[in-house]
Amino acid sequence: MLVTEKNSLTEEIEELCKEHGNVRSALLPILQAVQKKHKYVSDFAQQEIARMLDIHPVEVYSVVSFYSFLHSEPKGRNIIRLCRTIVCDISGKELVENAISRELGIKFGETTKDKKVTLEYTNCLGMCDQGPAMMINDQIYTQLNPEKAVKILKEIK
Amino acid sequence: MTIKIKKTQRQGAVLFSEYKRGEGIKQALKLGRENILFELKTSKLKGRGGAGFPTSTKWMLTAAAKAEEKFLVCNADEGEPGTFKDRVLITEYPELVFDGMVIGGYTIGAKKGIVYLRGEYEYMLGELLTYLEQMREDNLLGEKILGKDFNFDIEIRLGSGAYVCGEETALIESLEGNRGEARNRPPYPVNTGFNGRPTSVNNVETLAAVPHILIKGGEWFATHGTDKSSGSKLFSISGDCEKPGVYELPWGIKIKDIIKLVGAKDTKAVQVGGASGICVPESQFDRTLGYEDIATGGSIMIFNKDRDMIHILKNFMEFFVEESCGQCTPCRIGNVKLLEGVEMIENNKYTFGYINELKELGKTMQVASKCGLGQSSPNPFISILDNFTDEVFNTKRNGANNGK
Repeated sequence: MLVTEKNSLTEEIEELCKEHGNVRSALLPILQAVQKKHKYVSDFAQQEIARMLDIHPVEVYSVVSFYSFLHSEPKGRNIIRLCRTIVCDISGKELVENAISRELGIKFGETTKDKKVTLEYTNCLGMCDQGPAMMINDQIYTQLNPEKAVKILKEIK
Repeated sequence: MTIKIKKTQRQGAVLFSEYKRGEGIKQALKLGRENILFELKTSKLKGRGGAGFPTSTKWMLTAAAKAEEKFLVCNADEGEPGTFKDRVLITEYPELVFDGMVIGGYTIGAKKGIVYLRGEYEYMLGELLTYLEQMREDNLLGEKILGKDFNFDIEIRLGSGAYVCGEETALIESLEGNRGEARNRPPYPVNTGFNGRPTSVNNVETLAAVPHILIKGGEWFATHGTDKSSGSKLFSISGDCEKPGVYELPWGIKIKDIIKLVGAKDTKAVQVGGASGICVPESQFDRTLGYEDIATGGSIMIFNKDRDMIHILKNFMEFFVEESCGQCTPCRIGNVKLLEGVEMIENNKYTFGYINELKELGKTMQVASKCGLGQSSPNPFISILDNFTDEVFNTKRNGANNGK
C-alpha cells in the first residue's frame, strides 16, 4: 500500500469516527462503510479503526471475521450473492448458478481476473416467494432464470 | 428488475386493517402508560418472533426498571429461511412499525429506538430514512412529540449477514460492536440490555400490532384467533404452491386449510417455523397453528411429492453449520455431526445405531445449547427422520414415496 493511499484511508476513517462517534458501538457502522467503499477491510484499515476506537486490533479482526458481509481479503468491485436456501434451491437455483458461473468463467467463491465480480453464496434473502433470488452489492434481484441472470450480469460495471 | 418498494392492496382482519399514520401515537399519549399496558394485557399479545413472550409483561418489566436511559429495539433481522413478513411490513406498512416503536418508547420510558435491519434489506434503507424524516417533520418523532413532554427518535442500524443476530442478546452484542454471540440469561435485556441499560427487543410484527390495539382496544384484538393465541398472524408462505406470499390469517388455522388457500398440489410435507421449525407430514395436516399446537414465527414452506426430504434436510443442516456462532460446543460441534449423519444417509453409509445416537445428540443440543439457534437446529433433523422414515430409509429417494 502506498503512503498516500494509507493517508487517505486514515483520513476517511477519521471522518467516519466523527460521524459515528469514537465508541465501540460505532464499530459495525464504520466497518460497513469501509467495506462498502473498498469491498474489503484491509489490515491497515483494521489497525487504524482500532487505534481510533482505542481497542485492540484483534478485537476489530474478530468482528470482521464473524460477519459474512465483511471481508478482510480483497474482493471484486461487485459482489454477487446467490441465495442457496431451500426454497430458492428448489425453484431453479442450480440452473442460475451454472449459467452465471459459465458466463463469468469462475466458480462460486472466486473473483474474476479483472476484479470486476466476486461470486458468493448467501443464506435466505427473504425473497422465498419470488425465488430464485440474488443480491448484487446492496440490490436484490428476484425470479431469476439463466437468461435473466446473465442479462443482469451484462449491466454490471 | 431490482426490488422496488411498492404498496400493494392487502386485506386482513387485524394488521392489514385500516390505519392512519400517527393515530396510535395520539391515542397512546392520551391513554397514558398504565392504560397502554392494560390494553396490551387485555389483548394477550405475544411476541411474534416465535418465542411468544407476552408483550405487556416485557414492557412492564422494562418500564419498571430504573435507569438513566432505556432503549427500544425493533428486531428486523429477519433471517429464518422462508420468512419474509417483516419485509412486507417494513416496506408497505412502515406507519405501523414506527408508530409501534414510538408507543413502545413512550410506554417503557425510552428516548431512543433502534431498528436492527438485516444487511440483506439494505435496499430499503433510503426510503425508510426518508420516511423517518417525514415523521420528524410531522412531530411524530423528535422533541416534544405532539406537544407532549415526550422525546423519542429512531435510528436504523444495519446487520452484516449473521442469522444468529436475530437472537435478542446476540443482536444487542452486535449493536454494541461485538461479534453476534448470545449472552447468558439472566440478566435479561429488560434489565441489562444495550450498553447495560434496560432494553426491550420486539419483533417487527409485534410492534405493528400495537397501534391497532390502542385504537381498537385490547378486547377487540383478543376476539381474533384463539384463547391462548390471540389476534392474527402473518404467515410467509413459499415453496410448491401457486400463490406464495404473505397472508394474514387467524391463529388456530389448520395446515390443510393453508395448503388449500395457496393452491398447493400433491403436498408431501410442510415445514413450519423455518429451518429451525418442524416438518409436518401429510398424516398430520389437520394440526393447527398456534401456541396450543404448533407455535411459529410464521414461516411455512411447502414441499410436493417430487421433493427429496434428505436433500431438504441437508440444506437446513448446512445452513445451521454455517450460521452457528461457534460459541458453545453443543451447537458448534453438534450441527456438524448432524450434517455428517445426513450425508451418511445420502450415501447409504449409515447404521441405525449411529443415527439413533445422533437423534439423542439432537435432544442434548436442545437442552444444552446456549441460545435458540442450537436449541432449535436439531428440530428438522429429528422431525424429518421421524416423520419420513419410509422415504428416507426404506425406498429409493427422489420423492418416489409419500412419507409416512
